[in-house]
Amino acid sequence: MSQWVIKGIRTGIKTTAYPRGAERAAGVTPGLPRGGDVGAAAPALVERCLTHALEQTNGAISVDSRRCVHCYRCVRGVGQPLNWEATYEWGGAIATPGLKNELAQPFRHSIHVLVVDAGDCGACLNEVKQLNNPYYNMHRLGFFITPTPRHADVLLVVGPVTDQMRFALKKMHEAMPTPKRVVAVGACALSGGVFAKSFVCGNGVADVLPVDVEVPGHPPPPLAILHGLLVAVGRKRPLPLPAARDEPV
Amino acid sequence: MNHADLKEQIERRWPGDTQVGRDILSSTTEVTCTRAVLADLCRCIFQDWGFSFAGLIVEEGPSAWQLRYAFYGERDAGWVHVVVSAPVAENVFPSVVEWIHAADWHEREAEDLFGVHFAGHPHLGDFVLHDDAWQENVQPMRRGFDAQAAMRHRLPDADWRPRRIVQEPGAFVMPVGPKFSGVTESVHFLLETVGEDVIRSSTRLFYKWRAIEKLAEGKTVDEVLLLAERFAATTAFAHGLAFCQAVERVSGAELPARARALRVFLAELERLRQHAGAIQEICESTALVVANSQAGMLEEELLRVSGELTGHRYLFGLLAPGGLLCDLPTDACRKAFTQSQDILKRLNELERRLSISSSFLDRIEDVGVVRLSAATDYSLVGPVARASGLVRDLRRAQPYSGYETFDYQVPSEQEGDGYARLRVLFAEARQSVRIIEQATAVLKEGEVCRTVKFRPGAALGWVEAPRGGTFHWVRLGEGGRVARYRVVTPSFINWHSFHLAAEKFAFQDFPIILSTFDLSVAENDR
Repeated sequence: MSQWVIKGIRTGIKTTAYPRGAERAAGVTPGLPRGGDVGAAAPALVERCLTHALEQTNGAISVDSRRCVHCYRCVRGVGQPLNWEATYEWGGAIATPGLKNELAQPFRHSIHVLVVDAGDCGACLNEVKQLNNPYYNMHRLGFFITPTPRHADVLLVVGPVTDQMRFALKKMHEAMPTPKRVVAVGACALSGGVFAKSFVCGNGVADVLPVDVEVPGHPPPPLAILHGLLVAVGRKRPLPLPAARDEPV
Repeated sequence: MNHADLKEQIERRWPGDTQVGRDILSSTTEVTCTRAVLADLCRCIFQDWGFSFAGLIVEEGPSAWQLRYAFYGERDAGWVHVVVSAPVAENVFPSVVEWIHAADWHEREAEDLFGVHFAGHPHLGDFVLHDDAWQENVQPMRRGFDAQAAMRHRLPDADWRPRRIVQEPGAFVMPVGPKFSGVTESVHFLLETVGEDVIRSSTRLFYKWRAIEKLAEGKTVDEVLLLAERFAATTAFAHGLAFCQAVERVSGAELPARARALRVFLAELERLRQHAGAIQEICESTALVVANSQAGMLEEELLRVSGELTGHRYLFGLLAPGGLLCDLPTDACRKAFTQSQDILKRLNELERRLSISSSFLDRIEDVGVVRLSAATDYSLVGPVARASGLVRDLRRAQPYSGYETFDYQVPSEQEGDGYARLRVLFAEARQSVRIIEQATAVLKEGEVCRTVKFRPGAALGWVEAPRGGTFHWVRLGEGGRVARYRVVTPSFINWHSFHLAAEKFAFQDFPIILSTFDLSVAENDR
């Protein structure tokens, strides 16, 4: 068995510099559309967006990243593409006025995360899984995955919350001790994505539970999920997300 | 056995009850038959002539049901579709499960969602719609059912109990899930045990049912493509490809050569990445920490290769009916090939190390065995089938996207245990890199997409996805809108057989058996 020990040591340290520094490797993030002024092309781009993530206000395009499902219809096969930014710090906090983040101080370096799949397509869950590989190694930051709600401080939900998972999700949230926070990961968890709204899916986790941190993306890359977790415990500043829009017209 | 033989044999055995037609474009023999001979005809095709069962497609027309049983054989045999119709009021059909066990879950699903009854099926009810949470007599796939209307759901019934089979003294049912373990998909297992050993296990799925087949109805092709890519995103490209192929077949579209080569390139890149992910899960389940880290790194690196090449780590937003939504630079493809080659070297090294780790082999050998006879009965697909000696690969049997021009092998094993499945995954990863190399070599400059004029009609699209064959039936109506979308996924087929492997085993082997099957719940639940 010594071969594994030697192999492990020889491999060296592969872990990302994030969150102390920036991660610059290629292919770590798909990026998000940023919007901006695209002139006369704006109406055509808004028309192409199948999930109504784009909105035109006075020639400029604003993006509701909760609805963006990375279909690339606004950058591929068009004359003038929309701005994309290859960032990954996507965790946005929903500010609840007057409420202190109780997880922020005493627990911030030992957080147990309960990951719940509420109808996910597998991609968000796979990206959460990557947080355990040596490139991201979430343990070094004091995040641990737990299988039981009784030990959990953070509930991380992926998927649009299907009807048959709603009850289980609520029960798990109730079973968690306080203080607790809910992190919704992925466009489906934030808006229902391509599945909303139907007789089996609502418009995401917020229909069922109070959400504290939102991580957009379809799927958000591991670094974005890590950022969301750091935001949940007050160790990183949230990305300002635009206010949730009502149903598109 | 080719089309002429099939036609002659069928017309001789069932004169008057059958009508045999031929669609050359998709090499399909279409047999229209009466309900009286349905079961016997299907039995003959499946058992006597050795065809595999691809799926049951139920369609509700304005006045009649149409049930289509799709079978596929080796290359010259092509496809056989057995079609039976009946007025909407007569919703009872003979069950074929006695002869085609693979049709079991298809009939249960159709009964649950359409209210079609299958006379002779031993166990209908409580399948997609869980009995403890849904009202009686809800049939969501019927034409009149509005997918956008809010449903009034019951709260799950706390007194509901699953069926118990094992009746020995001291036997009890251990419920596992829908939430269990660390980062896992939602699925429920009922493990019947009398102590240490699990005697029988059954799986309760569809907690994640998103009803994409219903959501697709009435949508445009582009909107349904989003659904096809996103219902099971770890194999997004394969499912998107199967959908596009079905649409292209309906519309009679021809693809540019560059698009075909790039599709093969991307499909194999996805297979390589998905297999690396499956290998990582197997290492994780056996608690081999360093191997788990090594495999995890390879999976992440392949995700980065995909991300660097295409912009998206899971290959979203690349496919379009008629080709690809955007071109990929040939240089970038060459770079991705070189990177995959390097990753494959380390994957080979990992396999060598695993093959001499006795503690690992002890846990994975002779675990979760599926015999060839069972694999054939269940019409299993993908690495699971090939590890049991059932060698049927759609890339070879019914080639698409020009796979017939590539030189590669279809690896297989005989033992059907966990280790055989692992070896098949490693061997297929090697073949994928071989195909990637050839696809890079044949890339010629040129267009990557041609406009497709959508025509009304229906066709099947099939792809050998990383987990096995996937079958997408698409009916286009007027104005290029999708009238019916039926998806049969490899996980739906292989989950059916999972209980065979998870029977009479020690409790601690359960995660290992599960991981060697490489099953996706999202793919099954759709």
